[in-house]
Amino acid sequence: MPDDPAGAIAALAAALYCGVDLGASATKVALVDGAGSLRGWSVRPSGVDYRAAALAGQEEALRQAGAAPGLLGRTVATGYGRDNVSFADDRRTEIQCHGVGVYHVLHRALTVIDIGGQDNKVIRLDAAGRRLHFRMNRKCAAGTGAFLEEIALRLDLPLGSLDALAAGATEAVQLSSFCTVFAKTEILAHLRRGVPVGAIVRGAFASVVARVVEMDPLPGEVVLTGGVIAHNPTVGVLLQERLGRAVVVPPHPQLAGAIGAALIARHGLASSAQEGLDA
Amino acid sequence: MADAPKTAAIKKIKAAGPMKDLMGAYFKELDEAARQRSARVAWCSSVGPAELLRALGFRVYFPENHGALLGTSRLATEYIPEANAIGYAPTICSYLTSDVGAWLKKTTPLTKAFGMEGVPRPDLLAFNTNQCRDVQDWFAFYSREYQVPIVGIETPRSVNEVDAAHLAGLTAQYRALVPKLEEVAGQKLDLDRLREVVASSYRCTLLWKQVLRAGTHRPAPITFFDGTIHMGPAVVLRGDPRAEEYYQLLAAELEERIKGGVAAVEGERLRFYWDGMPVWGKLREHAETFAAAQGCVVASTYCNSWIFEALAEKDPFVGMARAYTELFIVRAEAYKERYLETMARDYGIHGIIYHESMTCPNNSNNRYGLPGRMAKKLGIPYVVIQGDLNDLRCYSDEQTRTQLEALFEQLHDRA
Repeated sequence: MPDDPAGAIAALAAALYCGVDLGASATKVALVDGAGSLRGWSVRPSGVDYRAAALAGQEEALRQAGAAPGLLGRTVATGYGRDNVSFADDRRTEIQCHGVGVYHVLHRALTVIDIGGQDNKVIRLDAAGRRLHFRMNRKCAAGTGAFLEEIALRLDLPLGSLDALAAGATEAVQLSSFCTVFAKTEILAHLRRGVPVGAIVRGAFASVVARVVEMDPLPGEVVLTGGVIAHNPTVGVLLQERLGRAVVVPPHPQLAGAIGAALIARHGLASSAQEGLDA
Repeated sequence: MADAPKTAAIKKIKAAGPMKDLMGAYFKELDEAARQRSARVAWCSSVGPAELLRALGFRVYFPENHGALLGTSRLATEYIPEANAIGYAPTICSYLTSDVGAWLKKTTPLTKAFGMEGVPRPDLLAFNTNQCRDVQDWFAFYSREYQVPIVGIETPRSVNEVDAAHLAGLTAQYRALVPKLEEVAGQKLDLDRLREVVASSYRCTLLWKQVLRAGTHRPAPITFFDGTIHMGPAVVLRGDPRAEEYYQLLAAELEERIKGGVAAVEGERLRFYWDGMPVWGKLREHAETFAAAQGCVVASTYCNSWIFEALAEKDPFVGMARAYTELFIVRAEAYKERYLETMARDYGIHGIIYHESMTCPNNSNNRYGLPGRMAKKLGIPYVVIQGDLNDLRCYSDEQTRTQLEALFEQLHDRA
C-alpha cells in the first residue's frame, strides 16, 4: 500500500485518460476523467507526420482541459495510424472504439455507422454493449469522406461549403456509379447540362447514404458517427429519409472513436467483458 | 489483445526440408523430361486427370502450382498487366493472367527456386472445368502458343448431390480422353498401372487428410498457412509413392507434436477457419497477424480440397469421376453449408474468415449470403476480407488488418 492511500486515490480520481484516433484524414484526441466525462479534445488534420499529429493533438486537448501532462494516465490509440502513436499504452481497432464511445452515451442496443475519411463501418451492439457483428466497406473510397473530398475538388468548392449547398438544394441528381472516378465523370455531364451545384452536392451526399445502406440491413436504432456526419449533418437527414426512421447523432460524433479509446484506457489494459464498458 | 505476445511465435515444421528436396526432385525430373525429351510432359489443372496422365508415363506439370509460386514470390502483380495488354481482363483468374504474363515476359520463379531455364514445354494440356472455366481458357492459350493438343473434362457446376447421371457422363468423358492421351504418350494405357497410380493417389489422400485432421487437436500442431505450403506434394505428386512417403514423415512429426502438446501457434487461444483462397503474397503477414493474437487458423476449405476419398483402385474411371466432382468448389450452397458446419464443429472454430478473392468467384463463398446463414447456424462471428489469390492490387493491408484485429478483439472480449 502507498504511504498516503487517500492521496493516491485522489490522484487517481484526478487523472485523465487519453484516446487518440489517428484517422486517414483527421487525428482526434479525447481526454476523459475517472468518471468517464469528456474533459478535453482536439481535432486536427493527420497530415504526413502521424506521430507529430498525435502529440500536437494531445497537447491541445490537455490545454483545453486546463490540465498538466503529469495528470495523464494511460493512452489508447485507434484508427489507421494507431501503430504510429508511439506513446500509447495499448491499441484497439476503431470498430471497438466507436462502439464503446457511442454505447457510453446511449447505453442501449444500437447499430453504429461510422463514416470516416477512408472507410465506413457498421457495428451492431446488443443492450449490454457487446458487439454482435461488424461490417466494413469494400476496398473503395465510394461512400466515404474521401469521396466527398474528391467531389469538392471536382466542383472547385471548399469542403466546408458542401453541407450548406446540399441542405439548401431542393433537388438531387442521381450518381449511379459505384466508383468515385466514374461518379466524377457523371458530375461533368450534369455540369454540362447546367444542373445547379447544390443538386449535385445533394446527389453526392445521397450517394454516400446509398453506399452505407448497401453494407448492412441496419436494424434497430441507428447512430451516426465520424467526421462526415460531424461536418455534414445533411448526410444524416438523407439517411433518415432513406431509412424512414430517426437517426441519432451523438454529441461530438467525430470524437466517438477517440472517446471510446479513452474509456478503454480508463479501464486499464485488460479487456472488459463488455464491449460498452460500464460508465 | 492485451495479453497477446508482441511478436508472433510460430513453430516451424521440420519436414519442410525434405519437402523442399522432394519438390526440387519433381521439378528437376520435369525439366529433364522437357529438355532431353526423355518423357512426355503434360500440363494438368490441379484437380484434373493427373492419375490418368501419370499412368501413361507423362511427367505432369501444374500451371496452378506455378501461379501460386508467382503469388508467393509477389511477382504476380508485375506480370498480370502483360496478360491484360493482350486482352485477358484484370477481373479474370489472376493465376491465369500472372502465369500468361510471366510466360510473355519469358520468366519464371522456377529459375531462382529450382534452377530451371523456363517452364517445361508441354506435349499435351489436360484440364477439368470442375473448378472454373478459366482453366480451359488458360490452357487454350498455351495450346495455341505451343501448337499442342488440349483435352478436358467438362464438369457440371453447383452440383447438389453427385448422382448416377453425373457419374455416367463424367466417366464416359474420362474414358474418351484415353485415345488422344495414348496417341501423345506413344503407349497404350495399362489398366493395372492406372490402378496402381490411383491406389497411390488414394493413400496419399488419406495421409494428407490425417495431416489436416491433426488440426482438430488443441492446441493445433499445424496451421492453414503451413498447410498451403505442405500441400505441394498432394497437388503435384499424387499418384507417386514419394508423396506418400513425405506425408508419412509429416504426419509422424505432427503426431509427436500432439503427444507433446506442442502448438503450431504458441499459447493458442482462438481457433479459426479460413474459407476461400489464400492471399499468396501475404501468407507470412497473415500467419504472423493470427499468431500475434494467439490465434491459429486450424482448418480451411482450400487445403481440404485436395482430399479425394472417392478414388477407387477397383474402378479407377468411376472413382476419378466421383472424386473430382465431389469437391467443395463444384457443389451447391446447401452442401457447402453442411460441410462448413461439420468443419466448424469438428475443429472447435471460434471465428470464420471468408476471403473474397476478386478474380476467383468460384472460390469466394461470401457472395450469396452464406456467411450470414452460417453465423446464424453456428453462432460464431465472421469477417469477409476482400483480396485476391495473386493480384495484390485488389488487396488492402490496412483494411484486412483492421477487420482481423476487430474480430480478435470481439473474441478475446467474449472469452
